Amino acid sequence: MNKKNKSGEKKIDRRTFLKGAAIGAAAVALPLDKADAFWESFLQKHFTELSEADIAKVLKRLENEYSQEYKKPVSVNATKPQENVIYGYGLDIARCIGCRRCVHACVTENNQSRDPEIQWITVLKMKKGEKLYDLEKSDRYYNPDLVPEPGYFYMPVQCQQCADPPCVKACPATATWKEKDGIVVVDYNWCIGCRYCMAACPYGARHFNWAKPNIPVEELNANTHYLGNRPRYKGVVEKCTFCIQRSRNGRYPACVEACPVGARKFGNLLDPNSEIRYCIENYRVFRLKEELNTKPQFYYFFGVGNRRKP
Amino acid sequence: MIHFIKGIKHIFEGHTRYYITMAVLFGILAVAALTYANQYSKGLILTAMRDQVSWGFYIANFTFLVGVAAAAVILVIPAYIYSFKPIKEIVLFGEMMAVVAVSMCILFVAVDIGQPLRAWHTLPVIGKMNLPGSMMAWDVLVLNGYLAINLLALVYVLYQYAHNRDYNMKILWPIVLISIPFAISIHTVTAFLYASIKARPMWNIAVVAPRFIASAFCSGPALMILVFQLIRKNTDIKIEDKALFKIADVVTYALAINIFLLLTEIFTDFYSNTVHGASMHYLFFGLDGKTNLVPWIWTAVAMNTVAFVMLLFPSLKNRFLTLNIACALLIVGVYIEKGLGLVVPGFIPDALGDIYEYSPNINEIVIASGVWALGAIMFILLFKFAYPWFKKHQQADH
Repeated sequence: MNKKNKSGEKKIDRRTFLKGAAIGAAAVALPLDKADAFWESFLQKHFTELSEADIAKVLKRLENEYSQEYKKPVSVNATKPQENVIYGYGLDIARCIGCRRCVHACVTENNQSRDPEIQWITVLKMKKGEKLYDLEKSDRYYNPDLVPEPGYFYMPVQCQQCADPPCVKACPATATWKEKDGIVVVDYNWCIGCRYCMAACPYGARHFNWAKPNIPVEELNANTHYLGNRPRYKGVVEKCTFCIQRSRNGRYPACVEACPVGARKFGNLLDPNSEIRYCIENYRVFRLKEELNTKPQFYYFFGVGNRRKP
Repeated sequence: MIHFIKGIKHIFEGHTRYYITMAVLFGILAVAALTYANQYSKGLILTAMRDQVSWGFYIANFTFLVGVAAAAVILVIPAYIYSFKPIKEIVLFGEMMAVVAVSMCILFVAVDIGQPLRAWHTLPVIGKMNLPGSMMAWDVLVLNGYLAINLLALVYVLYQYAHNRDYNMKILWPIVLISIPFAISIHTVTAFLYASIKARPMWNIAVVAPRFIASAFCSGPALMILVFQLIRKNTDIKIEDKALFKIADVVTYALAINIFLLLTEIFTDFYSNTVHGASMHYLFFGLDGKTNLVPWIWTAVAMNTVAFVMLLFPSLKNRFLTLNIACALLIVGVYIEKGLGLVVPGFIPDALGDIYEYSPNINEIVIASGVWALGAIMFILLFKFAYPWFKKHQQADH
């Protein structure tokens, strides 16, 4: 991997080189700015305690930082939750074929680190016919030529956006919290990286930046949200946010869009006409590790041939 | 003031052996500091921890040392409450050990977190401490509180010694009274840190807290027995055998309770044989052919059992050679049991059933050694600094 990069670097043409040099020179010429940014970032207050003006300033600072680092304009917004919306998610286990397109769509949309690799969705392969689901016998490293494999079903797991999230309760610094629309978010500028939330999460949904995240410049999704897919720092925790940058603007999360078999459903739990409400009311749904009382807002169901009789 | 200078001066005086010891400790510290600098710049990727096992050797050491710190209470109670003279004379060193152990705890957390510069986010007022929800926030509170209380007691007693006075129990009494529940609380809250996690069935049991207290009250005082003999051997400070044997009694009872509690835990998990016992299965017998921790836990069990049997025989307990062997065995035994035997298997299998086998790598071991070296340096310097004052007091007393 490294070797490849190095040989790639040698082929840089003069124009790119000059461009890089100019940006580099600019960075050196503005040491004061950099120091200012460090202190501003270091002394930044908790996100929920920032005024509108403060937030605007923070977003501006981050946009500058990211734009310099990724050499293209990056927007960071902080779109607020919509009124009367609590997001819910449905996953049709009967349809899922284990192709992992959702996993990769999520990585690209949400700027997850490619190396070391971080993935917010884990797809578990399970044997049919033994238990409803058996996490202990599940396999997340399956790699056949073709999916689905006969005799197995697949169960994708990501943040369950619990109504009573143990991770939020665990965080010593209040760096993670549940937003009004039900999305559990992390402030990457407030997280101290103690990883207690990871110990507390029953769904393996939280991931740590063990090293500085690495996203190829050309693959960076420049449309970001402060509490969502903006580039992360080394040493902080991150997680699925139902694509906060999309869902708060009325779009589907990337995983829902990417699913080729329509196994993923998403919508407003408070809206009686939403797709998610239809699933909950018409199928036998269950939630992962119900006995823990975390009350996930993520519902699994077996869609095909399992509709409740009216 | 003169005593202060005397104390400082005494730090720089000593045998060649003293200088060699310090040189070695500072050497370890320097290597560890460089290793940490590297970890700080590259990230915790340099450790063997990963998303599946997100805490490892550092937090294991932290957990063990909270126990050592809490164990100071084993001296405080007989010394101040029951005025047991032989222990009263050495209670100061117990408090020093508590101060050093808590400092080491804080260091172990510091080297474990991803963004150490943001640690102030967990403080009250200036940060946004998550109370009453987060057990870790409570741990920050009680550990710092305990550190402050012990420092206060230490400074006050030394100050009185410096002025040729015995300490005034009227002033010390409230400090002592607070320090006793605080000592219990630091280890209880640290146990709750684990026991409150419903995502990890191995930790989510009521017996964690009592087991922590029991293991702390055997390993901490056992460490004291060894350290006090080192002090006695290397200085002219008198420490009575009676004091050490009294501590050995406490060690014996606490170890018995610790072993008993472990057995109850083993019984419950293995008899009921639910999926929640997977971590215990992994720890003691391995799971899916993965057996990384098995030799470690059986070594720990063997060490604790042998130590316990030795301590049961008065002829072995009341002889320093065998007492020291028993103490060393149980310190290592509890260290393994509470570290690799509790923190790590809690994460195995992980929340979704994956088995990632963790053993500390060389970076973690070097950095941890550095914290231990720094702890030893802190204790020696504190001791050297207090020595002239303490000595003067002991002479006046006899």
